[in-house]
Amino acid sequence: MDYLTQQLINGLSIGATYALIALGYTMVYGVLRLINFAHGEVYMMGAVVAYWIAIGIAPWGWPVWGALAVIFGGAMGACAVLGFAIEFFAYRPLRNKPRLVVLITAIGVSLLLQNLAQTRYVFGPTPEAFPAVIEAKTVVRWTMGGPDNVVTVSNLDLLSLGLSLGLMGVLAWVVLRTRQGLALRAVSYRFDTSSLMGINTNRTISFTFMLGSALAAVAGVVDAIRYDVRPLMGLMPGLKAFVAAVLGGIGSIPGAFVGGLVIGLIETLVKGYLSSAYSDAVAFVVLIVILLVRPSGILGRYEAEKL
Amino acid sequence: MLLSVNNLEVSYGAIAALQGVSVSIDRGEIVALIGANGAGKTTLLRTISGLLKAKGGSVLWEGKKELRGLAAHEVVGLGISHVPEGRQIFPHLSARENLMLGGYQERSNGVLRERMERVFGLFPVLAERSEQRGGTLSGGEQQMLAIGRAMMGRPRLLLLDEPSLGLAPLVVRKIFQIIREINAEGTTIFLVEQNAHMALTVAHRGYVLQTGRVMLTDTASELLEHSDVKKAYLGG
Ligand SMILES: Nc1ncnc2c1ncn2[C@@H]1O[C@H](COP(=O)(O)OP(=O)(O)OP(=O)(O)O)[C@@H](O)[C@H]1O
Ligand SMILES: [Mg+2]
Repeated sequence: MDYLTQQLINGLSIGATYALIALGYTMVYGVLRLINFAHGEVYMMGAVVAYWIAIGIAPWGWPVWGALAVIFGGAMGACAVLGFAIEFFAYRPLRNKPRLVVLITAIGVSLLLQNLAQTRYVFGPTPEAFPAVIEAKTVVRWTMGGPDNVVTVSNLDLLSLGLSLGLMGVLAWVVLRTRQGLALRAVSYRFDTSSLMGINTNRTISFTFMLGSALAAVAGVVDAIRYDVRPLMGLMPGLKAFVAAVLGGIGSIPGAFVGGLVIGLIETLVKGYLSSAYSDAVAFVVLIVILLVRPSGILGRYEAEKL
Repeated sequence: MLLSVNNLEVSYGAIAALQGVSVSIDRGEIVALIGANGAGKTTLLRTISGLLKAKGGSVLWEGKKELRGLAAHEVVGLGISHVPEGRQIFPHLSARENLMLGGYQERSNGVLRERMERVFGLFPVLAERSEQRGGTLSGGEQQMLAIGRAMMGRPRLLLLDEPSLGLAPLVVRKIFQIIREINAEGTTIFLVEQNAHMALTVAHRGYVLQTGRVMLTDTASELLEHSDVKKAYLGG
């Protein structure tokens, strides 16, 4: 029982970062019907920017909360700009081109960012540990029955889950309650009708990329702190978050969030009860199963052909 | 002239849809544009709105502002609202959200509330249905929502593309009555219709479009009596 509880906590903690990345996939798909395969690299660049900020501010010895705020804020801002630039330079000129052209471009952007990160001007080829801004600590320790049956929750688990839940709340508010969010929902349905409403559809698309990229940055920073920073770190989480978005029903925002948590849980349970050798493969098994059984995903939405 | 279209040419690839069309609309008028399927009526409206790019000619707003080259959202900003063919309600959004989108460029919630009250005055059924998803409204209610949505932008010129399409005669009569009411309150209207009789009954003037060219223009009452119009569009 305690072992299972521990696995569930770990799964939610990992799933929370998948959820944050998956939100960007699903929102971009919503407005452009495009799988932005460079999204995992935006997550990686979030980690890289956070790394440089953390090194930069280290000598000043700021309190943990101040340092974290600057690191997260800086990474989110930088990735928002990056997301804007990716859409503006790579995807916008191809807006009316066949899907395949855009898909290949997305993969190209992804490779470009991976290789840029491997140069020493951006980061370098070798993994680096994140500067010690916040130490991993057990904050909840729960003894169940005997001294051997302990369940622990670390501050990083709380950070991951707290940020993910909090940001999901902020996102829901933006999408459901603000003028920008209404424009986003309109543009997800149709460009031409939206522009007849007076909406600048290009600006709405930029906004969507910036929002999704800032969320991916948060996941990148959490994982940088939790593990380390490396130029290819975006690959696996990127693919798994993509599976999470498909699982939740691509285009559905709550679906992406739930999908992320579910993928995190499945992965951790497989690791804990079967073998860690399967933990990466399981996401792809899930993908194949969804595509066979229910291609519209758990919360799959009504799908309109986009004009 | 509020709007003057001069020698407009629009093509879809090799297909010339408009071949030198000229139309002018004065303040306060209801101008009807009638024509058969494929005549180019929708193409003309979409070009005025900035959804399609013209190859030649000009579209002048208030005699001086060139609309060609403006993006659709910029045209809306000048005071031109377009009710598209087939209504194009956002099916997943509530009626209220559809209306809010029509007033997207207005940032004051107070002003938007006032406008929505006015729309509810024109179409009381929308007030009852305001929380219902657009896609679940009946055809007539969707047409009312589409017109109400356009009115949320407080347009000076309202472009209507076949508001009678697919509606029962009673509903069509109601819609045309509202069109008159909107016009009486000061909004200029450019009305595209295949229902030539209805359109010419409410309009002051009319144009007859045939395969991308204006074949005829006159006052609405003259067009209703014109033998060619009677034969081709009024069923004898
Ligand atoms: N997207 C398009 N691609 C190619 N040709 C088009 C396109 N849209 C319209 N056309 C052609 O342009 C011409 C004018 O079409 P348009 O839709 O403007 O006619 P309409 O007068 O609005 O007809 P209807 O009464 O059926 O709505 C037609 O010959 C049509 O086939
Ligand atoms: Mg038409």
